[in-house]
Amino acid sequence: MAQLIKNQTVTVDGWKTLEIAANEAAETIALPSGDVIFPLPVWQVRKAEIISTHKRIGLLLQPGDCIKDIAADLDYFIVIAVNFPKFVDGRGYSIASLLRQRYQFEGELRAVGDVLHDQLFFMARVGFDSYALKDGKNVTHALKAGFSPFSDSYQNATNQPLPYFRRRAA
Amino acid sequence: MYQYDAIDRQLINQRVAQYRDQVSRWKSGEMTDDEFRPLRLQNGLYFQRHAPMLRIAVPYGLMNSSQLRQLAFIARTYDKGYGHFTTRQNIQFNWPKVEDTPEILAHLAEVDMHAIQTSGNCVRNITTDQYAGVAADELIDPRPLAEILRQWSTFHPEFAFLPRKFKIAISGTREDRALTWFHDVGLHLQVENGEIGFRVLVGGGLGRTPIRGQVLREFLPWQHLLSYCEAILRVYNLEGRRDNAYKARIKILVQALGIEAFAERVEAEWAQLKDGPATITQAEFDRVAAHFAPPAYSAQEAIDLPLEKGFKNWVDRNTSAHKQPGYAAVTLSLKKHGVPPGDLTAEQMEAIADLADQFSFGELRISHEQNVILADVKNSDLHSVWLLAKKNGLATPNLGLLTGLICCPGGDFCDLANARSIPIAQAIQARFDDLDYLFDIGDIDVNISGCMNACGHHHVGHIGILGVDKNEAEFYQITLGGRQGNDAQLGKVIGPALSASEAPGAITRIIDVYLKQRHADERFIDTFDRIGIAPFKERVYEGRTHVTSKLDLLEAA
Ligand code: SF4
Repeated sequence: MAQLIKNQTVTVDGWKTLEIAANEAAETIALPSGDVIFPLPVWQVRKAEIISTHKRIGLLLQPGDCIKDIAADLDYFIVIAVNFPKFVDGRGYSIASLLRQRYQFEGELRAVGDVLHDQLFFMARVGFDSYALKDGKNVTHALKAGFSPFSDSYQNATNQPLPYFRRRAA
Repeated sequence: MYQYDAIDRQLINQRVAQYRDQVSRWKSGEMTDDEFRPLRLQNGLYFQRHAPMLRIAVPYGLMNSSQLRQLAFIARTYDKGYGHFTTRQNIQFNWPKVEDTPEILAHLAEVDMHAIQTSGNCVRNITTDQYAGVAADELIDPRPLAEILRQWSTFHPEFAFLPRKFKIAISGTREDRALTWFHDVGLHLQVENGEIGFRVLVGGGLGRTPIRGQVLREFLPWQHLLSYCEAILRVYNLEGRRDNAYKARIKILVQALGIEAFAERVEAEWAQLKDGPATITQAEFDRVAAHFAPPAYSAQEAIDLPLEKGFKNWVDRNTSAHKQPGYAAVTLSLKKHGVPPGDLTAEQMEAIADLADQFSFGELRISHEQNVILADVKNSDLHSVWLLAKKNGLATPNLGLLTGLICCPGGDFCDLANARSIPIAQAIQARFDDLDYLFDIGDIDVNISGCMNACGHHHVGHIGILGVDKNEAEFYQITLGGRQGNDAQLGKVIGPALSASEAPGAITRIIDVYLKQRHADERFIDTFDRIGIAPFKERVYEGRTHVTSKLDLLEAA
């Protein structure tokens, strides 16, 4: 189990993520009850059913998913999880920036997958606010040092809408 | 030059602490090799052939004498007493110990230097013309905007894990000296209706698939530089290929989409970002530009330079025109015959630092031709500078001549190499050791790369030499007719690759053809354009019966 970091602490994750096995299809897979994070393909074909059976809905995005497709649906989601299949795949950072800055998504934005200590600072900057730290990694040290290697930044990003040069004392 | 203030210093100090922690977590096994790799690369640390290599950033090639003295100290303390200047205006140390690298970075931070983003799939060092601010043909000084771009790209959270590396070059002169057509993004500063801005080029690059960049936007007012780059990088980050490292550069995306479709995407993204907080303010521009104000030049009387032949040769080749009357930009050649091109010993670094202090306002530049430039030397000091440079082996008057060649570290150091490049450079320098002969041959760019990654920019050399690997043996493929500048072009392959023993002789033959065929005062490249590749090809392969192997046939095709 990944360790979920939220609000500067390790929390118990109440969400389960629906996984589609190789022999299952988005159209027919059984929808579990409770707080579920649904992969985009399931959401796309089972939207009405999910809305009628689930109060709290989560969405799972893969790096190649197109956000424009779900721009109109964002209000349904309590949480959007963005998957990092490998930590060097940086598409999730642009996805998060767009969700926060362009589409004003205000729910929980969760980094999942290959989420490591040394990327937490960048993830927080683009707008993630929860992090499923990879299994076996040192969560104590991550909490202590991972979010604060730098005390400020030059460029604007989601968590600091003004670049440093606009915040310099005149 | 730009002086760090509290924030700049704080960030690089915090970077040292972060990196120290990363190294110790890697050493303790908390972090795997694969997890550490991109992190160390973004701090300039490669693991290669004999030892690790540490690449240190010299933003747009500019540094001061105390920084160079610190590099000398590092070379002596942590390396074998020398460093290597690269074609990207950076410096590399080839022999540090991994354990020492946090300490080296701490020493660098003491003089406002770092190794941030000198490698890895992120925005790399911004490069520009080595004569920025002093060139006689300069329209606009590119350095303030290069510095603003450097700050913006430093630790950019969205673009630290791009599909591949990303290189930006800025040029502010009539004649492009920054290879802007062959960068991921090339920026030409220009004035339109009294407004300063850029022509934006995209998708150029050398390497395995050399492509000349295309114009993405004819004119972008300077205030929008950051938001526009953000738009380009966002499109690239989301859409660039990640399945194949060889197809991951932005040039491949631009080719695949076509420049129109790519531009549409960038413009659509930019429409959302334009006029946002990233818009550069006049106050910020002025703050940064003030750091690049001209130094305290003094009025100079016209003087007659000594006529001594050695000195005159050096002035002819290694100094260039200056904006300020009575001053010259001096190039100290790191291409002494017999020394690996671009290498500099700790003693030479200190000598250059002294020269800079005494004669050039304490500053110096690194050029992509791997030389050091003292940009602001009084004409009346040239003779003293020459004598001191000569004493330190830095006055070989071969800038732009055959032996002033550009050469990557190649197989002697680099893991990616197919062949060694330094011995070829040295063999050429040995064959053409006679200065009068070199001067007679005149202007010619020779570029050597040890593999198709093209760090030696072989594609744009008048003569390009590329190391290729054939059945485990070192071979070299020669191209002719490449060039940099406004009409930048890729060289054409002359024929099948040659063995290490044949290659230097082939260069002699190529020069023979040129000398025989040239019209009075015609430069090599002009003769080449007039007579084409055939006469060179004939002469190089003369006496060879037939193109032999299948590989040869492929290459000849
Ligand atoms: S061109 Fe190839 S051999 Fe030369 S430095 Fe670059 S990667 Fe290494």
